[in-house]
Amino acid sequence: MKLTLKIWRQKNSAEKGGFVSYPIDGISKDMSFLEMMDVLNEELTEKGEDPVHFDHDCREGICGMCSLYINGKPHGPQQTTTCQLHMRSFSDGDTITIEPWRAKSFPVLKDLVVDRSAFDRIIQAGGYVSVNTGGVPDANEIPIPKKIADEAFDAATCIGCGACVAACKNASAMLFTSAKISQLAMLPQGQVERKERAEKMIAQMDAEGFGACTNTGACAAECPKGISLTNIARMNREFFSAVVSSDNL
Amino acid sequence: MSWVTKTLSSTLGRKLVMALTGIFLILFLTGHVSGNLLLFKGDGGEAFNMYAKFMTTNPAVKLLSYLTYISVIGHVIYSIALTKLNKSARPVGYAESKASTNSAWSSRNMGILGTVILVFLAGHMYSFWFQMHWGGIPIVNYAGEEYKDLYSVVNVAFQQTWMVVLYVIAMVFLGFHLSHGFSSAFQTLGLNHKKYTPAIEAVGKFYCVVVPALFASMPLYIYFTS
Ligand code: SF4
Ligand code: FES
Repeated sequence: MKLTLKIWRQKNSAEKGGFVSYPIDGISKDMSFLEMMDVLNEELTEKGEDPVHFDHDCREGICGMCSLYINGKPHGPQQTTTCQLHMRSFSDGDTITIEPWRAKSFPVLKDLVVDRSAFDRIIQAGGYVSVNTGGVPDANEIPIPKKIADEAFDAATCIGCGACVAACKNASAMLFTSAKISQLAMLPQGQVERKERAEKMIAQMDAEGFGACTNTGACAAECPKGISLTNIARMNREFFSAVVSSDNL
Repeated sequence: MSWVTKTLSSTLGRKLVMALTGIFLILFLTGHVSGNLLLFKGDGGEAFNMYAKFMTTNPAVKLLSYLTYISVIGHVIYSIALTKLNKSARPVGYAESKASTNSAWSSRNMGILGTVILVFLAGHMYSFWFQMHWGGIPIVNYAGEEYKDLYSVVNVAFQQTWMVVLYVIAMVFLGFHLSHGFSSAFQTLGLNHKKYTPAIEAVGKFYCVVVPALFASMPLYIYFTS
């Protein structure tokens, strides 16, 4: 395959970036999108140019590190992670536009790499269950209906990639935050900190400068893990009931 | 800040205001369209004028009308605040975006749709609401009692082609606004459930077509029958 890559290049967060076009040849349809990027970077390195920086880690669709806004969609044309996207989704002669996630809360560090630590701070604000002492309790001692366990697990499959923010016209982080609130709100272990969690995580989400959801559904349509909008509705319920009933004035 | 103001200035609190005022305005539209169906009665406007008098003098209706004004103002102010916030959340946009593949057009353009509706509303209130309250409106007599003849004002207004066209277009905008707004309000309130969401969505789809169509049929009916 012969392709033209139109890639966003930016030296650092302070500098203004711009698009640079790279012709590339000899790409196999069976390559993953990131392997194609590797080929480009090898060529650039050989020529003594700065390779294109992009995030990746597991390349198995489980870590959430890869990003890339490809041809107007987060993670490209398929509803999967960029590392699981293959070149067979493109045609010979295509021009592929590659941009970083765009959000005030995800500043570009270099080229296509953005800083997603805003997500970490949302989790740190309350996306956990405190276990201060003692041994690990026997899992079978806590009865959890299979249906609830499955639903909590579905929410827990969110890999924190940020495609929901990237897809949302408001750069809202509500799908991510709702998944992280939901996975604990449904389980008995999550009950102790339930109200506090909803209040704190949403306060942190707001403090990070993410936009407010307008229910367009773009996030769920693009989420590689199929996190659904029902989580956002659950988060809203968690939040509204927490603010009216918690002890926090 | 107290917990109330803190909640109302959070993203979710602001969304809550949008949803509650939106649902109230949907209820208002339902009442408004039902009452105005009296325009079709063909009694020279007697029933409509009596209804108009009731709607402007009854104390309970007065209270509801104040709630409606507050809802409109709240809905507008909060939408401006939210739009500003949402715009600021993405200072650098995408060079290429295929948003149409993941969301409905109306859901992404609620602000534009709403702005058109607001401009229409200002004109609409001047034409009828303002005239009814403070304009020089002709008086009619039914069974010895005096009534303001709002019916004749409506009738005169909708003899003008441009008015009718404007009203019909405005109702198309309202339809698109409701096509997203109706079910969106319930989602914001957290009311998303396997059992009820399909019904809410179906009612929303029905409502966003039927109510604006009924509204639009009024100027059209008057225009073509007189
Ligand atoms: S909700 Fe989906 S799109 Fe958003 S961070 Fe989690 S996995 Fe990624
Ligand atoms: S690199 Fe880990 S999910 Fe793509």
